[in-house]
This record gives sequence, structure tokens and C-alpha cells, in this order.
Amino acid sequence: MSISTDAGQGPLGRLDAVPVPEPLRDAGPARGPRRPRRSKHRNAWEGRPTPIGQGAKIVILSIVVLVVLFPLYTVILTSFSTTADVNRSGGMVIIPGDLTIAAYRQILSGGIVTRAAGVSVFVTTVGTILSTIVSVMAAYGLSRPSSLGHRPILFVFLVTMFFGAGMIPTYLLVSNLGLIDSLWALILPGAVSAFNVLILRSFFMGIDPAITEAARIDGAGDFRILGRIVLPMSTAVVAVVALFYGVGYFNAFFNAMLYINDNTLWPLQLVLRSYVLQGVTLPGSGAGQVDVATGAVTGLPVKMAIMVLAVIPILAVYPFVQRHFTKGVIFGAVKG
Amino acid sequence: MSHPSTPPAGPTATPSGRREGRADGVLEIELAAHAPQGRDGEAPSGRRRGWRPGRVREVATHNGVVMNTITWRDRLRRDKTLLVMTLPAVGLLVLFAYVPMLGNVIAWQDYSPYVGIADSPFIGWDNFVRVFSNPQFLHAVGNTLLITGFQLVFFFPIPIMLALLLNSVVTPALRTSIQSIIYLPHFFSWVLVVTIFQQIFGGAGLVNRLLAQAGYTGFDLMTNPDTFLVLVTSQAVWKDAGWGIIIFLAALATVDPAHYEASAMDGAGRWRRMWHITLPAIRPTIILLLILRLGDALTVGFEQLILQRGAVGPGVAEVIDTYVYYQGVVNGDWAFAAAAGLVKGVVSLLLVLGANKLAHVFGEDGVYRKS
Repeated sequence: MSISTDAGQGPLGRLDAVPVPEPLRDAGPARGPRRPRRSKHRNAWEGRPTPIGQGAKIVILSIVVLVVLFPLYTVILTSFSTTADVNRSGGMVIIPGDLTIAAYRQILSGGIVTRAAGVSVFVTTVGTILSTIVSVMAAYGLSRPSSLGHRPILFVFLVTMFFGAGMIPTYLLVSNLGLIDSLWALILPGAVSAFNVLILRSFFMGIDPAITEAARIDGAGDFRILGRIVLPMSTAVVAVVALFYGVGYFNAFFNAMLYINDNTLWPLQLVLRSYVLQGVTLPGSGAGQVDVATGAVTGLPVKMAIMVLAVIPILAVYPFVQRHFTKGVIFGAVKG
Repeated sequence: MSHPSTPPAGPTATPSGRREGRADGVLEIELAAHAPQGRDGEAPSGRRRGWRPGRVREVATHNGVVMNTITWRDRLRRDKTLLVMTLPAVGLLVLFAYVPMLGNVIAWQDYSPYVGIADSPFIGWDNFVRVFSNPQFLHAVGNTLLITGFQLVFFFPIPIMLALLLNSVVTPALRTSIQSIIYLPHFFSWVLVVTIFQQIFGGAGLVNRLLAQAGYTGFDLMTNPDTFLVLVTSQAVWKDAGWGIIIFLAALATVDPAHYEASAMDGAGRWRRMWHITLPAIRPTIILLLILRLGDALTVGFEQLILQRGAVGPGVAEVIDTYVYYQGVVNGDWAFAAAAGLVKGVVSLLLVLGANKLAHVFGEDGVYRKS
């Protein structure tokens, strides 16, 4: 199991790392004093790309990147725009005008959006911590070859990946457990993903047994070995799995649609669905509510600010975790 | 039900338990030990906590190596902590995955939530007969297969092409930045993605407005049933095509550069190198993902569709999962919906097993390996 390969180099690190002898690199037909510039990353045998091919590549990749980034740009820009700018452009703002944080002040000054953000943060935090701890323990518990009963236990996990019980019996169970209108209904039913457990387990199994063995001889128990030795060696894969869980909890809206009838307990995604996608007007009941009478709350900047709120945690965590993707995901899943 | 985060490359396993050393990009999660084969699968040097020389009951030889065989009682003592560690996860799975599996028994009942599972009368296969004779259900199955088929043609190849394209970008810094950007939408919620599409392609959306300014008549992609297939596929592409390349890039990274170099020396150009080296290298991955997709044929973006069913209507947006939801949770016909859901679950399982068998017939590894 090659764990350490490609760390931080991107998936093709090895391909680029092949040393090319200098004479070979510079070999090629002599074309007078001006030799074509060669990328230092390109091997000599690869040949020079044609201008058309190179141009097409640049165009296609630029379009792909633009298609991903442009919607984010316009959503974020509109959320910071004044009502005047939105009216002038007739909708989503593309060219920046006056910027304001009025929309954010409006949704974060209490009321249903603020509360929903709190619910989402609670469910995501508690859920991620719980899921990650439970999964890491299970993965470690199953990672020692030849331990007693690990095959049948593993089978228990595997079955859930191929056969789901279905929505109706799960709903009836949650409802019989009295979890309707409880935030635990958003956490417990999906708390363990067998796939994530297997990613972790596969990584743990790649750790040299001599290391854990040495700790055991020194008298460390399994909990101590896991906490002091295995976990510090697996921060990348644990971070990726925690991100998967966290994103899952934060993005889930259907669970809440099923189990949460009380809209004061709605998570952010459900609020986004009702008030932005479906265009329901925010209810104006209760103290500290946003002012509905002005109509400002249904304005586009506010809607876009709710969207930004629903994506900020992901944008905030993503840069720190994404560099581990290749290491964490691929080496967990692909035999290396 | 929605699990937190399912990476695109789905679950894989090898019941055979063998560990394969080849690095060909096939997903595989080993099931079992790769330790030397002792009588109890115990490693020869298994001097672990709780192990006492005096407790050795017999001495076995395996391939001429003398091995200590310990009793299961000792193994229990030794592995007790490991078992305890798996308990919380197993408990959660038993409660929230296995108990509901048993709960499917209501599919054979005239179930009423007021009477309960224990007291509802059994009525045999009546619910299943109702399911299969229900035109709405068959329509939902048709829609599901239509969306799956459409996405197989117009979604599936895109990550492969993107991966090949990105693989040809030689500057590492540029490549990693592009990767980081195109992975990003995978982590957005469906609510967000659908809302973004609404703001851009909807009736009051950006594109419509620009068209109107240019003097064309507008359109509303979000509520047009005729273009719904294109819409849901575009959304899926925007969200997940970028993430889909990660698995192909990993497979491509395992190709020995010497192959490229040797073929280049033999005069193979760019395209021939791609055809004869790159594509064969990712073929097992392509087949694996195809199989996983086929096994998932009856599952098409439930959250994505239930968000848009209202706007575009059940005629095109009703798939099996949304049908189960509306029949069961909304209309309260629990037993009927459970029967429909169970049919879907069983057929999906058969599809995975069948697709895997197919892969073996073609000499590929598939999701799991034959023992």
C-alpha cells in the first residue's frame, strides 16, 4: 500500500518526476539560434503540441472553469449589491456597482434564517464529530488482520452498501422512536456510512504493523494506539472523511423535509428551498423578525445572501481539505 | 435515504478476501486478512496482548512453519477492545439500516399506523399486485430508466474526456488549480444547484433577461417538461462531472511513463499513445463505474428531482423514489409505498449482482472478484 506516493504533487506527480537527461531534453532538429521554448514539465519524447491543439485545450479548459465559477460570482455579487443596482440590471448583477452588506444584516439580525443557520451549524458539528469518531473506531476495530469476528462484522457494513431498507420503513422507525421534530432525526439515521468506514479501514491497514506492534509491546492499549499513533498518521484521510460527513450533514434537506415539521427547527437548506427556490414569503410572526411589509426580504440580494450563507462553510473548509483528496480518497479506495 | 456524502466511485469489495498487488486503478477494498495463513488466520509472530505461552493448546504446522494456535477464548480476550470499538457503528447500522429492512414486512400487510406493525393483518402479495398494475408506478419506472439512459449517454463520457484533457495539461500548478475548481460544485447541495440554475435559466433568470434585452422571446427552462431531461442532465454535469474525473486521474497516474516513452520511440503520436496506452489503462475503471451506474439504474438524483417535481410536474419528474415518497409519506398509503420501495431495492440489488457477473464474463474485475 503506497500511502506516501504523490503527496501534494497531484495525481500525476510520478509521471512528471521522471528525470530526463539534459541532452535528450534539448535534442531536436537545430533550427538556427532561436530554439523553440520547451516547457520544463514536458518530456522530450512527448513532442511539441500543435498550436491548434494547444489553443483548443486552453479554450475548452477556460470555458469549463468559467462555467463553474461564473454562477458563484454572480450569486455572491448580487448578494452584496444594492436594491438599486438589482433593479437597474433587472435581476442578477454581473457588473459590480455599489456594494452593501444590508442583505446580510437583514437575514442575520434574528428571525428564521438566523435560526436555521444555527440549526445547520449544530447538526453539522455534532453530526460530523459523532460520525467521524464512530467511523474511525469501527475502522480501527476492523483493521487488524485475523482479529476475532471481523469478517462477519465487515459483512454487516457491506450489506448496507448494496441494499437499502427504503424510505418508508426508515420513516416509520424514526417516527416510532419519537424523533419527529427532533434534530437527532437529522443526525442518527445516516450517521454511519459503510463506504467511509471502508476508506478509513483500508488506510489503517496500510500502516506498518511494526509501528502499532511496538506500541503494544510498550504496553499501550488499542484506544491509546488509535489516538496516539494511528490517528496522527492518518490526518489526511480522516480530514477527507470528516469533510464528506460534514458536507453530507450540511447539505441534506430531504431528511429535514421528512422529519421536521416545525419550521423553527428547519436547517438552512430547507429555508433556502422554501424561501428562495419556491419563493414562499418569509413569515413575519414573532419578535425580531425581518420586515416583510417592505418586501425587502423577498428581494434578490436577500435570497442570494441566503444562498451564500448556505455555501460559505463549504467554501471555508474546502481549501484546507481538497489537497488531501487524492491521498485520502484514492488511496483509501484504489489499491495502491 | 440520503447518506452523508457518497463519493462517485461507489462501494466495492472482494468477498474472496484476496489482496491484489496490481495497481491498475480498479477500486477494491479488501475484505479479509492478508496475513500468512495460519490455522486460525493467526500471524506466526502473533504475540499480542493477552497472549500467554501457557495457553497454547496445540502446535500446528503450515507450509513447514511451526505456528502457535490459540483458542478463540484467547482471541476474544485479545481482540475485546477491537470489538468494543466497532460496537457504536454496528449498533447504529443495526438500528437504522437493519431494523427498517425488517420493517419492510408491512409491504405484505394491510398496514395502518394507528394499529401498528404487530397488529396489522397480513394480506399476502396484494400490495405488490397493486404496485405492478398501477400505471403511475410504471410511468415512474419509465421516467427513471429514461433519465438513467440519457445520463449514461450524455453524462458518463464527460468526466472521462475531462480527465484525458486535464491529464494532458503538463504544468502541475495549473493542473491542480483547475482540479480544485472543478471539484468544488460536487460539495454544493442540490438545493443550491437547482436554485443557481433557476436564477440563470429560469423565467426571471439571467439568460432570459439577456435574451429579452437582445429582442428575443424568453423561455423558462425550469418549468418546461420537454427540455427537462436536458435540464437535469446539465445540472448533474455541472455538479458532479468535475468530481467524476478524480478516479480517472488516479487510474492514469498508475500508468508507467516508460510505456509512453517506448511507444513514442517507436513512432506513436499523441493520439496513438492515447488509444493504445491511456485508454487501456483506464478501461477497468470505466467498466467498474459503468457497472456501478447500472446497479444504480433505478436511483436517479432523488433530491434533485423532488426539488423540481413541483415546478415541472410529475409527468416528467416522477421517478420511483419520488413516487414512493408521495404515495407513502404524503398520501399515507404506507404499505403500497413500502412494496414499491422494496421492489426497487431488490431489483437494484439484482442489477448490481448481474452487472458484476457481466463484468466477470468480459474478463474484468468488476466490483468484487470471484473467489
